[in-house]
Amino acid sequence: MQFMLLFSRQGKLRLQKWYVPLSDKEKKKITRELVQTVLARKPKMCSFLEWRDLKIVYKRYASLYFCCAIEDQDNELITLEIIHRYVELLDKYFGSVCELDIIFNFEKAYFILDEFLLGGEAQETSKKNVLKAIEQADLLQEVRLGGGLFFLGFNSFH
Amino acid sequence: MSDVVEKTLTALPGLLLSLDSQPGAAKLCATSRLGSLVRSITELTSKNVGEEMAEPPAGPLFHTEKPCHVRAIYCEMLGYEASFSYIHAIKLAQQGSVLEKRVGYLAVSLFLHESHDLLLLLVNTVLKDLQSTNLIEVCMALTVVSQIFPKDMIPAVLPLVEDKLTHSKEIIRRKAVLALYKFYLIAPNQVQHIHDKFRKALCDKDPGVMTASLHIYLKLIKESPESYKDLTDSFVTILKQVVGGKLPVDFNYHSVPAPWLQMQLLRILALLGKEDQRTSEMMYEVLDESLRRAEINHNITYAILYECLKTIYTIHPKSELLEKAAKCIGKFVLSPKINLKYLGLKALTYVVQQDPNLALQHQMTIIECLDHSDPIIKRETLELLYRITNGQNVSVIVEKMLDFLRLSKDEYTTIDLVGKVAELAEKYPFPYNSWFIQTMNAIFSIGGDVMQPDIPNNFLRLLAEGFDSDEEDRQLRLLAVDSYLSLLECDTSGLPQRFLQVISWVLGEFSFLKEGLEPADVVERLGKLLDDDAITTETRCWVLAAMSKLCGSSDALCKAEKVAHKYTSCLDTALRQQAVELELLGRDVDLRTRVLPQHVIGFCVWLQVDSSLSFLDGFVSDALARGAAPYKPPHQRQEELSQEKILNFEPYGLSLPVSLSACSLTDRQSPTALSLSSSLSGNSADPPLKAGSNLLKLEGVKRVWGKQGYLPEKQATEEALAQEPSSIFAPSHQQACSESQQTTFSTIVEQDQEKRQLASSLFVGLGSQNAPCLVRTVSQMSVKPTQKRSKTTSIHLTSAFAQNLSDSTSEAVPAVGNTEVVEASEVSSLSGGSGPLAQPSSQVERGLESDLPSRLPATLVGLLRSDVEELCSGESLSLSACKVFDADALVLAIFLSNISDSSIQEVSCLISSEQLKVPEMCSTFSVLSFYLNGLNPQLEGSVSCASQATQSFSLTLSLVDFIRPLPLTTEEYGKMWLSFSHDVKQNLMLLKHEEEDQLEAALTALKEKLCLHIVDVIGAEGIMACQLVSGRPCLLHCHTHGGMLAIWLRSPIADLPDCLLYHCQKAIQER
Repeated sequence: MQFMLLFSRQGKLRLQKWYVPLSDKEKKKITRELVQTVLARKPKMCSFLEWRDLKIVYKRYASLYFCCAIEDQDNELITLEIIHRYVELLDKYFGSVCELDIIFNFEKAYFILDEFLLGGEAQETSKKNVLKAIEQADLLQEVRLGGGLFFLGFNSFH
Repeated sequence: MSDVVEKTLTALPGLLLSLDSQPGAAKLCATSRLGSLVRSITELTSKNVGEEMAEPPAGPLFHTEKPCHVRAIYCEMLGYEASFSYIHAIKLAQQGSVLEKRVGYLAVSLFLHESHDLLLLLVNTVLKDLQSTNLIEVCMALTVVSQIFPKDMIPAVLPLVEDKLTHSKEIIRRKAVLALYKFYLIAPNQVQHIHDKFRKALCDKDPGVMTASLHIYLKLIKESPESYKDLTDSFVTILKQVVGGKLPVDFNYHSVPAPWLQMQLLRILALLGKEDQRTSEMMYEVLDESLRRAEINHNITYAILYECLKTIYTIHPKSELLEKAAKCIGKFVLSPKINLKYLGLKALTYVVQQDPNLALQHQMTIIECLDHSDPIIKRETLELLYRITNGQNVSVIVEKMLDFLRLSKDEYTTIDLVGKVAELAEKYPFPYNSWFIQTMNAIFSIGGDVMQPDIPNNFLRLLAEGFDSDEEDRQLRLLAVDSYLSLLECDTSGLPQRFLQVISWVLGEFSFLKEGLEPADVVERLGKLLDDDAITTETRCWVLAAMSKLCGSSDALCKAEKVAHKYTSCLDTALRQQAVELELLGRDVDLRTRVLPQHVIGFCVWLQVDSSLSFLDGFVSDALARGAAPYKPPHQRQEELSQEKILNFEPYGLSLPVSLSACSLTDRQSPTALSLSSSLSGNSADPPLKAGSNLLKLEGVKRVWGKQGYLPEKQATEEALAQEPSSIFAPSHQQACSESQQTTFSTIVEQDQEKRQLASSLFVGLGSQNAPCLVRTVSQMSVKPTQKRSKTTSIHLTSAFAQNLSDSTSEAVPAVGNTEVVEASEVSSLSGGSGPLAQPSSQVERGLESDLPSRLPATLVGLLRSDVEELCSGESLSLSACKVFDADALVLAIFLSNISDSSIQEVSCLISSEQLKVPEMCSTFSVLSFYLNGLNPQLEGSVSCASQATQSFSLTLSLVDFIRPLPLTTEEYGKMWLSFSHDVKQNLMLLKHEEEDQLEAALTALKEKLCLHIVDVIGAEGIMACQLVSGRPCLLHCHTHGGMLAIWLRSPIADLPDCLLYHCQKAIQER
């Protein structure tokens, strides 16, 4: 996988993860172009796109678009499932996830993504294991911060 | 708005310092400040009223670093630069608590890229954390390492990461494997030595670790499948276990066991089984099992199925499996889900080369997809059609592609598809000539200026060089002229520049073919093009060039001159030159008749190009004499630029005109000579790149496609016929009939019929013969050559050298007793034909071989010479030769000795060289050109006498034979060095490291082997000089550093440095 983008229906970027080295300018250009293209597509259309020499696989969940770029020989369907698994993970972690969760706790979203995908490859596909790893790290944090604050810190905005 | 954010952010760093003093209770507020930042920024962007929010949320409040960085990440994501926070992120990762570390690492991995300088600061932190006893810290360190790590620092962490492969926790092992995978990706040679550790990871008891190791294996096997064949069995076993559900339920995804693992394994098997029957046989069973198991109707099973299909069609085929796979493809293609349909088409595209019948089975679906509302589906369908194109359906398919192109706005797609259409049109150019021209016109107008430049170039070459039949060529050209003339009559403002260039070239070259068309008319129409302000100067050049070609008649000339006059003072040099040339043609009638011969078809064909540009030598030396800087090839300029990253204190003014002339010289550096010289010197660096790419482009695109079109298509047709000729079209007929009965709407029937018609025209070449034949038959197609290669232009060296040599043979030396004939012929001075050819001197003595040199004529004694070499010997005669290196010639001394006891009579010796031909100017040139052709000039000859049958021999000359030392002082050397324009630079490996003075040893070796003169040695640098016998010099500059010898050669002769470098290389190696 080359990169993963999350953006809202309004075209606002919510999360970006690049697995190939690119300059900031290039990243911005790609993001802009892709957001435009994907948003212009109708709901019944194919989830795959050819874009430059890459394949774009995207899927919409509620108001969020998840969008991955893969190489030509990669499998589009499995990428779709990677997106789905990531959404499942977020859902399980936040408890029925919504866009706001990702906006206000996007560092958590990054942590989960890093635990699930590493260097553009699926690292751990078992839902249980990913969440266990995240929880362990969180636990450490919690201990340091002291109990109650943890909950306030993460759930104060929705 | 950005002001606000910047203010916010610039206020942040100050707050970072106050971390420790904050009480724990402040954290809540801190988090909520992130919230308010997010909110305020969101509001800002949505309402775009940034100025009103002028009060930045950056008061001296409670902050911790964590939210600061989270904020910085957020700002970066929104597109604002937060680079000031990078260093703090690293600091945080280094010094913070576990909590802060986590954010710090995340920020680092998001902010920095692989070659960022700050990344070096992270290495120490990573090292520390890898050694930590805290699992979480180790995990974080491994995560960041496998995302971003400086390449040069890999050795520092590698041992620690390796250790982690034996860690007790599987999560650590897994991350360590992925970190190694990352290392392998960015620096494969760094992890070469731990391949056995990968094997251990593959055998790990935890399936997660094993899965991770497959990433590495996939890459490894992709690179060299041969070396991993022994693992096939293991991979098959693993896949069998996975498919059989032997893994823990944790790994299931929607009740499919470990799909990611399965797909990875399938990919690996495909790589291993490719073109290898024995390995493929091992996997048939498990593939069959996979196909069978994947029956649940869920995306993930389709993903596995698709991968399975790809594997089955990649490995050595097995008919049973192929049959099942074909059925599966049907599942995809016929699925109502659009994603699956897309993949079905993709699979068909992949498979159709092996099995065109599959495309026939699904023809109706394909036709439907062709009109699909989603452009991606359409695009993939076209890709499929492109693969099944043959001589009979090409026009329909090209039409469909052009339709798509007219609607498509995406530049990338346009470039790609235009290339494909052009390829098809050139491959099957003659359903009708007019079709070809029309298609190319459509390509030019659609592809516009974004298409690959070789498309118009190929087209023009095709027109110029023509095909087999002259009549057809003429017709084709005439058609082109006609169509362009009519195009010029309409509005030309919308046409792309490239198209206008093509039009003007064709009209300039071939408009005389059209009878009754006055050149003046053409000039006028072309002239109208120039009125348009939108056309570029490049196109203007093309138009003017076309006009100059049309200047044969006086009124055309008159008009052209009028147009050209405008541009004689134009600022663009190329354009001005065209205009001035045209004016000159107008003034000089003789020149005009010479340059513009009337009505010669495609005279570019017989044009010969002096690719060495020797005609410019005078110009160059004049320029050099006037103080111009010598030409430097681009690679050298670049090298020097990168070396000299210091300020330039020299004024720039002077060098400008000089560099201009030098530039014009370079650009015409002939590609042939360059590429040849590079093949000689073996691994010389970059100069031939340009030439190489030129060559590539000439080669066309794909080889899978033969001249007759799609290669396996004919067999397939036969097969289809033999099996069941009627069944292929029957289903669609029946379907159509039943539909027409059921539906009362005649329109539907019509539509259906249209589709059927389309189908029959699209799939015409693939299936039955009774389908309507739109165009000519295949057999006729095959006669046409796809594309003519450009004729090789080379200089033919003609001279009477060979004759001279054979004249020089001494014939019939009457002899009494024991005779030795010493014959010396000066090879290099022969070209003039006047040199002292043969000086037979008979000396009556019989000697040993070793005495032979003493028989040399007095003039040659004391000169450097090669060892005496026996060329041939018979019963009574023995012939030996040695090369004597005279200062201004290579003298070949041939010794003919009588080895029998009796006297011999009627000795005749004939020497000739068919290969060696010398141009009048100088013999060294021919030797040089021989070197360019990769040959060593050879002298052949035969000797006979009365008592012995004819014996033949041969003698090979080498460039080294023509090299002489050139005594120079350092000062002279310096002057010459600057004035020489051709140079080559290369690093040679010095093998003997133990030598104390490597430079001197190398120089001596060169001196001995190549007869070079050592001019001077200063420190680690040495300069040497040599010349060819003709007096053309070549200078060498050697420099040693760290076991390498950097050689830099310069000469006024274009190819000498390259050839000499080759010999230097050899000399150094043989040392």
